[in-house]
Amino acid sequence: MAHFDENARPFSNKWLDERIGINTLKRVLSTEYWIPKNINFLWAMGMVLAATFGMLLISGIFLLMYYIPDTKQAFDSVNYTIMSQVGYGWLWRHIHGVGASVVFLIIYIHMFTGIYYGSYKRGRELIWLSGMLLFVVFSAEAFSGYMLPWGQMSYWAGMVITNLFSGGSLHANGLVEWIRGDYIPGQAYLGRFFMLHVLLLPLVIIGLIVFHFGTLRLPHVNNKDGEEFDFAAEAEKYKAGNKKESKVIPFNPVFLSKDVFVMGIYFIFFFYLVFYHFEFAMDPVNFDPANGLKTPTHIYPEWYFLWSYEILRPFPTDPGLIAFAFAQVIFFALPFLDRSPNVAPANRRGIFKFWFWALLVDMIILTFMGKVPPVQPWSNIGLVAAVTFIALWILLPIITKLEKKL
Amino acid sequence: MKELKVLSIVVIFTLVLYWGVEPFAHSQMHKHVEFNGFAYNGKSDIEQLDEKIKKINEEITELKNSGGKDIKTKIADKEKELNELKAKLDDTKKFWAEINKVPKGGDAAAGKAAIAACVACHGIKSQGMKAPMDPNAAAAAYGVNPPDLSNAGALYDEKFLIAFLKSPTHAAHVKKLAMPGGLAGDDKNAANIVAYLKSIAPKEITPKEAFVTACGRCHANRYGKWTQIGDVPKTKSNIKTGQDIDALKFKEKVADYQGKLANYMGKLPPDLSIIIRARSEDFLKTFVEDPQSQLPGTAMPRVGLTKEGYEKVISYLEETGDPSKPKREATGPWVLGFFVIFSLLAYGWYKSQWKGLK
Ligand code: HEC
Ligand code: HEC
Ligand code: HEM
Repeated sequence: MAHFDENARPFSNKWLDERIGINTLKRVLSTEYWIPKNINFLWAMGMVLAATFGMLLISGIFLLMYYIPDTKQAFDSVNYTIMSQVGYGWLWRHIHGVGASVVFLIIYIHMFTGIYYGSYKRGRELIWLSGMLLFVVFSAEAFSGYMLPWGQMSYWAGMVITNLFSGGSLHANGLVEWIRGDYIPGQAYLGRFFMLHVLLLPLVIIGLIVFHFGTLRLPHVNNKDGEEFDFAAEAEKYKAGNKKESKVIPFNPVFLSKDVFVMGIYFIFFFYLVFYHFEFAMDPVNFDPANGLKTPTHIYPEWYFLWSYEILRPFPTDPGLIAFAFAQVIFFALPFLDRSPNVAPANRRGIFKFWFWALLVDMIILTFMGKVPPVQPWSNIGLVAAVTFIALWILLPIITKLEKKL
Repeated sequence: MKELKVLSIVVIFTLVLYWGVEPFAHSQMHKHVEFNGFAYNGKSDIEQLDEKIKKINEEITELKNSGGKDIKTKIADKEKELNELKAKLDDTKKFWAEINKVPKGGDAAAGKAAIAACVACHGIKSQGMKAPMDPNAAAAAYGVNPPDLSNAGALYDEKFLIAFLKSPTHAAHVKKLAMPGGLAGDDKNAANIVAYLKSIAPKEITPKEAFVTACGRCHANRYGKWTQIGDVPKTKSNIKTGQDIDALKFKEKVADYQGKLANYMGKLPPDLSIIIRARSEDFLKTFVEDPQSQLPGTAMPRVGLTKEGYEKVISYLEETGDPSKPKREATGPWVLGFFVIFSLLAYGWYKSQWKGLK
């Protein structure tokens, strides 16, 4: 057995170090977790995401105290009890609603930062894959949460999305009913999505965040030039006092100080939305109680799902479902479809530069077209954008194969 | 600075994204309806008929050009429809032209003498005239409870009221309405009654009173504890059985009223507790000004509110549907202020940590 000093004061540094290796932990996870100096605020988006998830978790816990997962009471438990009877209930709800929307904005910024700087390449594949898992589970978390107020959009978006599982001409209605626990969304449906939203999915998310952080530790984060260097050697320089020459800084406190500053600015933006501009995150249609007899004029998902919804919509049922499935998984394959060894910002990578901006603009167009009614000219624009999306991914291995080595 | 450039790219893309999924998408999803500033002169009624006539004319030319089988009968049907619409247009124009000619300001004293024609159905509580029937009995007779008229003069537009007394269906822009027209006699007499209603109208009306008078006979507001037959009464349950018989009796009455109302209207008008968040400002104001403009064929009447009356109703809907507004406005600056100071301190820390690194 290891040596335990009898005289060490309980919970003192020494006492803790002998028991849980606190000094090693601190070194490995913070003071000697080396971060490249050559990075910008986009590298703070990961911590911004972690902080936003924290906000969602805390506000969610408060909402959970008063929410009632019953189809007859859910709507009023949220819109009346929480919004007007519980002290600051409205604040928790608006934080939760705005947080759920903004977290996707930051996730997309974070993803496109990774794509732009090539942060998914050799050595960092698992960071990318764990990130994509987070994206998928976050999507499920957002969707299940959207069911809970049991408004018109909860009900009808739930109807439309679960219908997708019938697989078009496969007519797998049994599967749809199995998911719903009923022929139509009802009590069983609400109960299970409630469970997923407040227990199972948050647990999975927390596990995945830990895993995502774990996958970062050995490869370290990328930098603005995609430069590869010897972290150990650079760290020695830093420790020896050559801070100017060294290419790295410790996460704590040096990089952390920047993270915290970026978070401060972010929270100004976040709470501005919470207090003065929350409507974009809380669809008006969902303030009409669920009514299975009255289909809303327009059914559309939240803005962060619109691009993939629009990949489904312009095609006939079966090809649409295949295109949709393609869109859901294709980002996972990015590290393997990009055949170029270059780790560099997209603007230095030849045709890939155009590929990057084309993908971004195409997804924004898809997002716009996913919300407007399916009439001309929007349907055609949506169709072209959906085909472009698929074509871009098919072209990716070819254009990256042709890319000159830098 | 390079980082500000990167930030501005992120901000620009974010704003474009916002524009596309909010203002742009909404402009595509909702039809544009012109707002007439709560002026009631038949303008939108005539425009809607013109629109319909134009559409039918197009359909007829299309049919004529198509040259398919049995188009003759189809065209005849359409032409019949067209003639009906044209007759309706003439009638509408004539009605509003007459109304527009009625001089403003009648004789309140003469109006008071003529009010007996109204209190057969309506109460005027402020003048000590109780409603002749309770809401359930009234609904059995008319389908809906005739509203108390104490506040009518303050909430409704003068010209609208004169039109309403002449012909409720024309004024309210619906196919049928339980109150008969012409009760007030000629236009001059109608103007007198309206002058009387204005003369007894209180200076101050609470938002809730405005809602109850203008919407409350059809719409419940459960967050405001309002049912179509009145406020939900405070009742006590029997300690031994846990049952609250008075509450059950009240519920039964509400259910009875709602059944009759639904028969009269074709459907139960929705509860308006949180409608303020379910519909845009623009929708609500154009809808209340003329329900047909947003929901063609709807049974909801145009109620004829003035701008002030409408604002009162909306402030009640805000009270029940968005009660946190004042608290948001009070708390927001403090929270934002906190994060501004937080960011300034964090900036100082960041600068001190990064000194000598570059
Ligand atoms: C036969 C019964 C009856 C008589 C008599 C009657 N009303 Fe009415 N009145 C009604 C009913 C019923 C309604 C509600 C109709 C509805 O909302 O569909 C109504 C509605 C109204 C309204 C509300 C209009 C609005 O815009 O919402 C006013 C104002 C009004 N009446 C005034 C009068 C006046 C003034 C008289 C006397 C000249 C009168 N009524 C006589 C039955 C009557
Ligand atoms: C005489 C009965 C009646 C009165 C009075 C009335 N309404 Fe309505 N209202 C209805 C009916 C019926 C509907 C359902 C309309 C439909 O779906 O066609 C309705 C629907 C509505 C809707 C929902 C429209 C939609 O988008 O589905 C709103 C909002 C509304 N009313 C507001 C008001 C307001 C505000 C007032 C008072 C200023 C009012 N109503 C007075 C009968 C009434
Ligand atoms: C809520 C979910 C997420 C959290 C909390 C999170 C957190 C983090 C953190 C703290 C970092 C390190 C700092 C940084 O580079 O920003 C990071 C890096 C990274 N994340 Fe995420 N992330 C999440 C989702 C995602 C998603 C959806 C993806 C993309 C599929 C992703 C891909 C990456 C990549 C590629 C890196 C490495 C960046 C680099 O090496 O430069 N992450 N993440």
